[in-house]
Amino acid sequence: MNRRGWRNRGWVLFFLLPSAIPLVLFTAVPMVSSAWVSLHRWNLISPMEWVGLDNYTELLRDPATRDVFAHTLLYCAGYLPLVFAGGLGLALLLNQRMPGRAFFRAAYFLPVVTSWVVVALVWKWLLNPSSGLVNSLLGALGAPQPGWWTDPAWALPAVILASAWKDLGFVMVIMLAGLQAIPQDVLEAARTDGASAWQRFWRVTLPLLSPSTFFVVVISLINGFQVFDQVYVMTGGGPSGSSQVVVGQIYDLTFRYGRAGEASALSWILFAVILLITAVQVRGQRRWVHYA
Amino acid sequence: MPNFRTVLRWTAVVAGAAVMLVPFLWTVITSITPNGSLAGGPTLVVKDPTLAAYRELLDALPMWRIALNSFWIAAASTLFQLVTGSMAAYGFARLAFRGKGLVFGLYLATLMVPMQVLVVPLFIEMKTLNLQDTYLSLLAPSIASAFGVFLLRQAVESLPRDLDEAATIDGAGHLRIFTTIVLPLIRPALATVAVFAFMGSWNSFLWPLVVIRSPEFMTLPLGLSTLQGQFTTDWDVVMAGSVFSILPIAVVYLFAQRHIIAGIAHTGIK
Repeated sequence: MNRRGWRNRGWVLFFLLPSAIPLVLFTAVPMVSSAWVSLHRWNLISPMEWVGLDNYTELLRDPATRDVFAHTLLYCAGYLPLVFAGGLGLALLLNQRMPGRAFFRAAYFLPVVTSWVVVALVWKWLLNPSSGLVNSLLGALGAPQPGWWTDPAWALPAVILASAWKDLGFVMVIMLAGLQAIPQDVLEAARTDGASAWQRFWRVTLPLLSPSTFFVVVISLINGFQVFDQVYVMTGGGPSGSSQVVVGQIYDLTFRYGRAGEASALSWILFAVILLITAVQVRGQRRWVHYA
Repeated sequence: MPNFRTVLRWTAVVAGAAVMLVPFLWTVITSITPNGSLAGGPTLVVKDPTLAAYRELLDALPMWRIALNSFWIAAASTLFQLVTGSMAAYGFARLAFRGKGLVFGLYLATLMVPMQVLVVPLFIEMKTLNLQDTYLSLLAPSIASAFGVFLLRQAVESLPRDLDEAATIDGAGHLRIFTTIVLPLIRPALATVAVFAFMGSWNSFLWPLVVIRSPEFMTLPLGLSTLQGQFTTDWDVVMAGSVFSILPIAVVYLFAQRHIIAGIAHTGIK
């Protein structure tokens, strides 16, 4: 190799190594060792014992796996429509000149910068069955007062409510950016053609927003399948496992039951599910996402 | 005269703001309500406001230090990600080398792997290196982020090459082109990466929960979750802790609000 070639190689190393070294050490190596651990029975202390694919087959047979995936799916099914409709609604409200717009936008966005643990604690208190604000208001209205995180039937909805509240502002900002990218003359043309506000929304605004919608759906589902912080803090997966999600199960398997092999296998199953769902969405986007 | 639709709009906007802000207000109110009067639910006007819950909070955990930890860990990981990310971005966008496509593909692959897959082996790695329960272990996974590299590479690619060619003719080397031409021009992308890096570290919970045991190395989310374990039913103390964790980030948010929101919006429109 000539001298210029060596010098170029030096520059490549200079610019890439600062990111490559930590990525190899703290992402690539753990990734490979996680795959390795998933093929063993291991309690983090005694030597690993090779079991091949047993962890995977056992997990797939185990009803607990089905339950945690069902809870995670239910979480996504409740959370996604709530944040999407709410975030889009807020974006539509703010997509016009009005006094105090910057204030309202900032207010709606405040929960986004608040950490999940704080949001979970605040909502655990708001949804306290006996002395929480929400049940006090419901009581004053004469409505039934659910047991929220103390009731197996209401624990997951409580988590969904808190999560949607936190992420509304995020969706709003993305949708607002999408709304502002819609050319005004298209809406104007629809108006002169006699389209009502309702028709303009469904036939013009919503289709032209589809790239933003797509982004929100993909990101929300990726994050939704990885839900953990708010569940851990609000319900700890309970009562009696009724709100246990996949990542919570991975955590418990490792650090409570000392079944690191199964935990690693479960994390790979989760990864595969997320990849699959994202790939399906990316393929399906041609049908409904219109890029201007 | 305001018409019906304007009134409806304003009602919706204000109701929305109430839903978003009342929980925060309630947190503050609870934190200054005497513990004894919480059982019946707190009231809007606090009868005998007290800071007792804050005193109890500071006795239970080294909260000042924990808040400081959160801050400097978030700042350090932001700085690291900006430096490592922009350098890699320059390397991928402006240097020619064999296997570039493959290496960039490997970077992207790490972007797809969620923290949960890494958490168990990463914990074991830290244990083997005898690093668990240290600042270094908190910081390690967020020194470089493939997401930052990806975003910044897009920004560098979009700069006209004439700029660096002109600089090369003037005798500037890679380092000068990188620091004096490229970095100033990709500031918006750097800001976006900074927002994500800071928020990511500030909010991070699963990794600190796994790797940190001692209160003096905790960050705010972990400290708060520990607090809840100790004061299960003392909601005044738990809410005081929440106020304590919201305040610093709320101040940052107040000043950087425009940039933060612009940074988030920027990722959505690609």
